[in-house]
Amino acid sequence: MNSNIQKNKASVIENLDAVRAMIKRHKRNDILFATIGLIAIMFGLLALLTLFVDLVMDGYPRFNIQFFSDFPSRRAGSAGLLSAWVGSLLVMLVTFLTAVPIGVAAGLYLEEYAPKNWFSDLIEINVSNLAGVPSIIYGLLALGLFVYGLNLGQSILTAGLTLGLLILPIVIVSTREAIRAIPIAIREAAYAVGATKWQVVKDHIVKYSQGGILTGVIIGMSRALGETAPIITIGALTFIAFLPPSPITTEVPFINFEWLSSSFTVLPIQMFNWLSRPDHAFHINAAATGAIIIVVTLLMNGTAIWLRYKIRKNIKW
Amino acid sequence: MMSATNKVSKNSSSTTASLTTVSPRLAKNVQRHFKERVIEFILMLAALSAVFTTFAIVAILLYESLGFFKTVSIVEFFTSKEWTPLFEDAHYGIMPLVAGTLTTSAVALAVAIPVGTIAAIYLSEFASHRAREIVKPILELLVGVPTIVFGYFALLFVTPILQKIYPELPGFNMLSAGIVMGIMIIPYIASIAEDAMRAVPMSMREGSYAMGATRFQTAIRVVTPAAVSGIVAAYILGISRAVGETMVVAVAAGQQPTFTFDPTEGAATITAYIVQVAMGDLPHASIGYQSIFAAGLVLFAMTLCFNILGHIVRKKYREQY
Repeated sequence: MNSNIQKNKASVIENLDAVRAMIKRHKRNDILFATIGLIAIMFGLLALLTLFVDLVMDGYPRFNIQFFSDFPSRRAGSAGLLSAWVGSLLVMLVTFLTAVPIGVAAGLYLEEYAPKNWFSDLIEINVSNLAGVPSIIYGLLALGLFVYGLNLGQSILTAGLTLGLLILPIVIVSTREAIRAIPIAIREAAYAVGATKWQVVKDHIVKYSQGGILTGVIIGMSRALGETAPIITIGALTFIAFLPPSPITTEVPFINFEWLSSSFTVLPIQMFNWLSRPDHAFHINAAATGAIIIVVTLLMNGTAIWLRYKIRKNIKW
Repeated sequence: MMSATNKVSKNSSSTTASLTTVSPRLAKNVQRHFKERVIEFILMLAALSAVFTTFAIVAILLYESLGFFKTVSIVEFFTSKEWTPLFEDAHYGIMPLVAGTLTTSAVALAVAIPVGTIAAIYLSEFASHRAREIVKPILELLVGVPTIVFGYFALLFVTPILQKIYPELPGFNMLSAGIVMGIMIIPYIASIAEDAMRAVPMSMREGSYAMGATRFQTAIRVVTPAAVSGIVAAYILGISRAVGETMVVAVAAGQQPTFTFDPTEGAATITAYIVQVAMGDLPHASIGYQSIFAAGLVLFAMTLCFNILGHIVRKKYREQY
């Protein structure tokens, strides 16, 4: 009897030690995994930091005013980005004017007007599918449709329309998300005082969702700024040592549209061009261009994310 | 009493009057109604642009590919192991390009899947709320970095480092392009997988902790299995991105279509071939011009399959809880 209890006691203590060892082991596993996880995240973040530092260090000799005010040249040292950043600006203007009205209108239709049937399902499936189509496929579409089908040539208009189609899903999706966050009570209140559907949409839905829409537009535009593949595919020239005709003239009617059909180059194309040359001197230019592209896109995306954060915090329905 | 009947008769008289001449208010209503319909129609047209784009993509790819397949047999296209459409002795086998695409994608996934998954588990189950609030937006920022910049990174940063380890590595190789592509996809996979894990109800974690499980056990044995379809969807969408990625491979993986699955060699991918041809000045409607549409069609079909698969898997997990 007594010895039995003794035995039990011993086994319990033994068990307790085993349990303690197990808990210790599992706690160690916890810490181990937490460390691995932290390293995994740091790996991703440090990779970007390394990339950025590498670009800035390689490209820093070129960070001066001449780099922005010179045309591309055969000599790396005197080559600049003038035609590229002007081209990027003009292409983005066309992209903005195509993608924003169409994208916002499509988002409004899908959320506020579309009946829930096969037709709206069809549109929805298409939008989500388009978001996953590789950008180079948009380039092929533009090559077949805009360049040769509609004879627009390898122009700023073609590039702008192509990138407009490319970022359309981004604008549509962000518009829809912003609209979906608006409570139904807002609409009901407007209807109750006799507003028509369009009045509700124009005066309330658009007003309340404009912050969210802006977020999507900025993210889309930053994507358009960095896209290279579709623009190369439409056959845009890479050596452009002239500027497109100015959109604003001194004579009446002060605006001309010749620039739309002008050939052009954009920042990422110029970077690709310099990068694919064997001469290392051009690689320095490529690095400097890359650093500029990263800074601009990060600033745009950062603004968008900050904006979204602010909207989420401020709006309490 | 009297005034009430008066009002009724007045009302009825005005109704009869409006039958003949429309009151200005009613006329405005008709006008309003018409305007509403026009606006709805315009908005619908905008929404249809998405459908139009998809159809235009499919139509253009099919139309130009049809021209291509008039000169090239489909059997040769899918079986020949040489791709030299621009040479005198032309061969039209897409397989070398597909092999290049799959090899670079495989390397990319070998980097992105482990790191992305671990990062997602850490963010969802281990990181403090504050840390997550900081890291999540940074991950989103990373997704937005233009790919051409990663091309620079692959060619002039990663390749030289790899060459110090394997001195015989060529300057253009699929290994460094794949690794950099993997780094590029990590935030993408981590972000989607983390969303899937956050969607697992708290009660499941609480149940697990109540049984005495540690964080690690809960993460691996409870949360991950519950979110597995979302995690798999993240992988599939990652594959789709790797397959369609252009600039990194065009810059760093080489331009030579070689039938090989060895990542230490250089080889062209489908996307790199399209870029290479588009940079040259090919006459419209020539066989070389048509060949990029045929290659594009294969690429489109591949990514479409992965995207559809990803959406099916993702939808499944959404409906589970």
